Amino acid sequence: MEPTFKIADSPIEPDTLRKRLASDASGAYASFEGWVRNHNDGKPVSALEYSAYQPLAEKEGARIVQEAKDRFPIKAAACVHRIGALEIGDIAVWVGVSSPHRSAAFDACRYIIDQTKIRVPVWKREHYADGPAEWVNCSQANTS
Amino acid sequence: MKIRIEYFAMLREQRGCSNETLETSAPTPRALYDELRDRHNFSLDPASLQVAVNEDFSEWDHALANGDTVVYIPPVAGG
Repeated sequence: MEPTFKIADSPIEPDTLRKRLASDASGAYASFEGWVRNHNDGKPVSALEYSAYQPLAEKEGARIVQEAKDRFPIKAAACVHRIGALEIGDIAVWVGVSSPHRSAAFDACRYIIDQTKIRVPVWKREHYADGPAEWVNCSQANTS
Repeated sequence: MKIRIEYFAMLREQRGCSNETLETSAPTPRALYDELRDRHNFSLDPASLQVAVNEDFSEWDHALANGDTVVYIPPVAGG
């Protein structure tokens, strides 16, 4: 069986991933794609790279997907997060959920992406058109 | 005891390597981070980090054992 949460170093292909969630009992499918955008905090972003502590990222991510299955009446769910160098417009993260009815699919999809952003050990280094590269969320962190 | 440390993101950059194995008497991840921070001038305060021991999240005052692998986790930024 495919793991429910994967760190991937090659492009995410939603069409392939969504097929794995299909079931005869599912009347709904909701997905979320996070895309690389060309600006952050008012600064123009030219490129970025993601890195992860892969064993723990996949372990914690699988826990998040399991929590979504426990909380919401869904049939299947999965999440894939990219690492490596990405360009503007690339898919950084994909979440897919199938369920008998739409409400649970939306709710579970939202839960998985929100928790992933908070809990999974993945880091983003942004390169700016007009300044030095930065680790997002680290430069503002407590550095006393 | 021997402890392996793996570095990621900003800490990897500041340490200049991805992992090292050290002989240390630090009894906890907290004490070990203090030791490493003094040596390498890490900018991140422990209050902004999480810690993992042997591939799962851990408490800062967990008792380290010979052969453990420790990872300090800078603020995450996935999604």
